[in-house]
Amino acid sequence: MNPALAHGADIAALTGRHLRHLRRTPEKITGVALTPVAMVVILGYLFATVVQVKNTGDTYREYVMAGVFAQVGLSCIGITAIGVAGDLGKGLIDRFRSLPMGRATVLVSHTLADLVTAALSIVLVALTGLAVGWRVHGSFAENVAGFVLLLAFAYAMLWVGALLGMVMRNLEAISGVAALLLVLFSFLSSSFMPLTGLPAWLRTVAEWNPVSAVSEACRQLWGNTGPVSSGSYPVAHPVIVSLVSIGLLLVVLVPLSLRVFRTSATR
Amino acid sequence: MNAAIEADGLTKTYGSHRALDDVSLSVEAGTVLGLLGPNGAGKTTTVRTLATLLEPDAGTARIAGFDVVRERREVRRRIGLAGQYAAVDELLTGRENLILLGRLLRLGRKGARVRAEELLAQFELEYAADKAAKDYSGGMRRRLDLAVSLLGSPEVLFLDEPTTGLDPASRATLWNMVQDQVGRGVTVLLTTQYLEEADFLADRILVVDRGRVIAEGTSDELKRKVGGERLEVTVTDRALLEQAVSVLAPLAVVTPQSDERQRTVHVQLPDGMGALASAATALEYAGITVEEFALRRPSLDDVFFQLTGESAGPADTPDEKDAR
Repeated sequence: MNPALAHGADIAALTGRHLRHLRRTPEKITGVALTPVAMVVILGYLFATVVQVKNTGDTYREYVMAGVFAQVGLSCIGITAIGVAGDLGKGLIDRFRSLPMGRATVLVSHTLADLVTAALSIVLVALTGLAVGWRVHGSFAENVAGFVLLLAFAYAMLWVGALLGMVMRNLEAISGVAALLLVLFSFLSSSFMPLTGLPAWLRTVAEWNPVSAVSEACRQLWGNTGPVSSGSYPVAHPVIVSLVSIGLLLVVLVPLSLRVFRTSATR
Repeated sequence: MNAAIEADGLTKTYGSHRALDDVSLSVEAGTVLGLLGPNGAGKTTTVRTLATLLEPDAGTARIAGFDVVRERREVRRRIGLAGQYAAVDELLTGRENLILLGRLLRLGRKGARVRAEELLAQFELEYAADKAAKDYSGGMRRRLDLAVSLLGSPEVLFLDEPTTGLDPASRATLWNMVQDQVGRGVTVLLTTQYLEEADFLADRILVVDRGRVIAEGTSDELKRKVGGERLEVTVTDRALLEQAVSVLAPLAVVTPQSDERQRTVHVQLPDGMGALASAATALEYAGITVEEFALRRPSLDDVFFQLTGESAGPADTPDEKDAR
């Protein structure tokens, strides 16, 4: 068999394994989707009537949905981390590594299968959003582009998870760190609130947070709200900033993870 | 000699800890080498190095003639590895586990399916083929693990403590299955803490401790190293113990040792029936009533304890190693 085809077949076989897991333990999706879905209900439905976003006529519901979608990306860190750490702990990675496979195969399959989980979670969040009255107003291409951007962001986060899983090993510790990352990066961003109220230095940090860029970009693409604060580059060009930061994350994370994978031992 | 596994001067350090210290070994094709040692002796590190999972800091190793560092891919095509953990995917069924790994071994979809059926039959797992592996018993999991490691029909099989935690019946089944593979010409490197396992399966035994090889030989050779057959005399009364020792001492190679609690004297005699007869006569003559008079060959346990000093006092352990 030609080598490229063989690698493809390996990735297909392993991705199939993870998807089988997903089918047998569908509750895995709740791990990713539960919090965001709850957020949609709490923020988009309960808070929507009392919170008013300054300087815009839009409702909070319109504003907050893009932020919740970005949060789905962040909660993806945990699933890959736990999947990879679990395989390591049970000696499966040792077995895979003793096979004549390409060195990227195991992690690529993990992240590809978890991307399916991410996509399903995004669908769940979207349905919940539609149910509470959220709508997209962009052109068809813009609307689709927003979701593609979300998937790309989720994919980068899955590689964060792969690295985290190999470095931390301990499942409880991973859950803790993943939860911390989720809270830290989603609240230090424009996901749930405009950044206008923050002190200048913190505002700069939050504006350059890829989570801000991604949620701002989705808002723009879906026509959910105009830019809330003006002036700084990331707020003015969220799509470019999102794409560049996702690209940078992958360029750094993928080779680094593969390096760690090569030397990662079971114990 | 046609060596299927050959290692020369393998060394691996983690910080200041020497996991492997100049380990050399050679296993003839179609034979079984038992790697025996206490926890942390370097057994698993040796296996992982030979199975291309760890790179040694120094030294070389060849599997079926291929270098484990430079020709990793060639080596991986020829080895099977069954680790300490029974590395099976718990959510997949037995059959799915085999098919998945078969596909990763590039047997093709159909080839993997056919091979899976063969192995399910061979390892008596057909009845559980469609059950998730998490519902398997310990013995079934090990069998599945062994089956998975044999998917690619490897020339060399590494078994890292294959029966740890199994009940005696499952252990015996697994032993037979390993022997079956050896019968088909597979070379096996087996690590174990069970001396009877090494005794039963291995043609040659390597005793390792703290990363070093401290003894090598067949089971018989190792037993001989510890000394010949020993006479065990159990007397009827504890009071007779001292007398028995003094009567037997002139006949023994080294001073006899007595065990108060068991009322037993251990005597190492020179070889031959004569020595045995003299011992019996001496006891009879002294009027010592004997409950049991038995000749015992040293077990691998004795070898193990003596070599690794696990049960010996700490003072005499270094001497023993220096002597070698």
